[in-house]
Amino acid sequence: MVNVLDIVEDEYIHPGTRMCAGCAMALIYRFALKALGPKTILTVPASCLTVLHGMQGFCTTKLSVLHTPFATTGAAASGIVSSLEEKGLADEICVVAFAGDGGTTDIGIQALSGAAERGTNFIYACYDNEAYMNTGVQRSGSTPLGAFTATTPGGKTRPKKNMPKILEAHGIPYVATANGSYIFDLYEKFQKARDIKGTKYIHILSACPPGWGYDPKDTIKIGRLATETGFWPLYEVFNGKFILSKPSKKHLDASNRKPIEEYLIAQKRFKDIKQQDIDNYNSFIEAQWNEIKRRLENQ
Amino acid sequence: MNVSGKNVVNSKKKVKILTGNHAAAYALRQARVGVMSAYPITPQSPVVEKISEFIEKGKLKARFLLVESEHSAAAACCAASATGSRVGTATSAHGLMLMYELLPWASGTRLPIVINLATRSCGAPWSVWDDHSDFITIRDVGWIQFMCEDNQEIYDTNIQAFKIAEDPRVNIPTIVAYDGYILSHTMMPIELENQEDIDTFLPPLNHHINLSDISQVKGVGPVTTPNIIKRKEGTAPGYYEFRYSLQKALENSINVIKEVHDEFTKKFGRAYGNGLFKTYKTDDADTIIFAMGSVSAQARTVIEKLREEGLKIGLVSLRLFRPFPIKYLREFFKGIKNIIVFDREIGYGYEGVLSYELKAALYGLKNPPFIKGFIVGLGGRDVRSEHIIEGVHKSLELAKKGEIIYETEYFGLELDELKDYDEQEFLKGGGK
Repeated sequence: MVNVLDIVEDEYIHPGTRMCAGCAMALIYRFALKALGPKTILTVPASCLTVLHGMQGFCTTKLSVLHTPFATTGAAASGIVSSLEEKGLADEICVVAFAGDGGTTDIGIQALSGAAERGTNFIYACYDNEAYMNTGVQRSGSTPLGAFTATTPGGKTRPKKNMPKILEAHGIPYVATANGSYIFDLYEKFQKARDIKGTKYIHILSACPPGWGYDPKDTIKIGRLATETGFWPLYEVFNGKFILSKPSKKHLDASNRKPIEEYLIAQKRFKDIKQQDIDNYNSFIEAQWNEIKRRLENQ
Repeated sequence: MNVSGKNVVNSKKKVKILTGNHAAAYALRQARVGVMSAYPITPQSPVVEKISEFIEKGKLKARFLLVESEHSAAAACCAASATGSRVGTATSAHGLMLMYELLPWASGTRLPIVINLATRSCGAPWSVWDDHSDFITIRDVGWIQFMCEDNQEIYDTNIQAFKIAEDPRVNIPTIVAYDGYILSHTMMPIELENQEDIDTFLPPLNHHINLSDISQVKGVGPVTTPNIIKRKEGTAPGYYEFRYSLQKALENSINVIKEVHDEFTKKFGRAYGNGLFKTYKTDDADTIIFAMGSVSAQARTVIEKLREEGLKIGLVSLRLFRPFPIKYLREFFKGIKNIIVFDREIGYGYEGVLSYELKAALYGLKNPPFIKGFIVGLGGRDVRSEHIIEGVHKSLELAKKGEIIYETEYFGLELDELKDYDEQEFLKGGGK
């Protein structure tokens, strides 16, 4: 795995963005762009990232960005790629779409599925803060079970949509999960994806202080708990091969996983969570890891 | 003879017999589009099929992105245009409505995309047949909108449309519409120009936004604020200034549209009136039929018959629907006594759109003409010569009495045949 000395010093985001204090996405974006390098064109739908990119006339990144309507990210990236192919620049320039969980799992799923089915040569990164945070914390398809949002005041009654699996079902060469609290792992995954031809999908859990309800200083800790409890395992599926990422390896042994309650009680959005939902979390985590074991053994 | 006044059959140029859809496809090929993105829909599909064939045979070196919806097609077109490619596509009715979100996006970002629209009714109920409902639905999104009357005009207008849209004084996306089936699937002989001549007329795109040039950092389409932003690094416009600039460019585009049309006429010998509207037998006329597309084509055929009755009547066929050529229409209609407007759509809750827009455009003229509008041919219902004739007679009668009727009036409805039908039962979904 890369270490701090491998991370390039170049910065692609100007200092002073409009992100909330403690926003994991700002960190994720900063390191993803470092890994991608200067020959990159970005496209971004309506999301917190639109806010990061700043106002007309003052681009916050040192890389060009095409803002695009909410539902269109996969299609917009496809349009950029087609134009680069026409100009013979497709091998030189990397096209990267960065969208939130609402823009990915809900309104943008059709355009993303279309782009993946066509084998569009681009990276699609979903930074998943598990609700529509930019519009004031409404539930999305990626909001986890039992979480309070402005539109699920009694807690969400359905579990989180498993988007990486849906993308895997498209038969694309690279699917990975990542977490803003494991930045070297994330950096490595973006570097790897950049050099693979075809559609690459990286789904990154992105802790959100105002939406999840915790002190901004605890972002890294909260994000880590999601992985340490076994709820958000880090892995790659590269050309069909399942690879468990280093931070998650020890969680193959259930005794190394922290209890899910540690993750849940640290966040105000779960403050009214019912015991039954906690039980559901535990059986979900167990099933998830059984499947991971099966996949590792059977390949 | 086509509407440009050319007898194509005796032409010394290369003549092909093509449907309207294929005329559009040939024009897109000769305009050398770099990226197309489309989704099939009746009656437009033969455009994308023909383009696929051109690409397969190596006659067109374009990237053709076959996406999973028109919403994505429009988004991909916007993105490819912003990356610096010449972009064209085609759609109809529901396809255009699914694209709707991207239409003000394209005009606001000032992307010179050209869309061909084979017009079709908007459901429900389902109808794949022709009217202009889809075309008028997008009148407020900030696009240039042309309506064609025959297949040669479809071909010629496409070539002109790229030149107009890409002009640095314009930078506005453009739609080239033609009646579904009536033109889209009807074969006509058309003159095809040499590729070299088209290339001189329409040089390669040099777009002000070109994301593929990564040496220049660009943020395309970001957030604006109610007010302008002043910082030590510079001043940036607000949303209001952006939209003002679009409206200004649309207003000024009329000069470019005329200029490009005149240059086209000089080079290729075909003219469409003043480029904004076409006139037929209007020199001595005091009465004018005002319409567009297939309705104009039908009206053309009855002008002679009406003149035999002693009427001094002519036709104005609108070619440029947006920007609405207000100044030129006011100038033209000065001194005209009667205008009869036939709309192949309804501005629901009001009346035919052409009718009310013409009334508004002529507001305040001294001795204004008497204007009467009729609805014809929704959902592919035949527009018949007798409808036009009867409309003219009825309108002249009303003008004599100075009687203004506020209710929308129609030709071609067959309500008498439906005496047994219970509307309430039908609306519930009942049927026999």
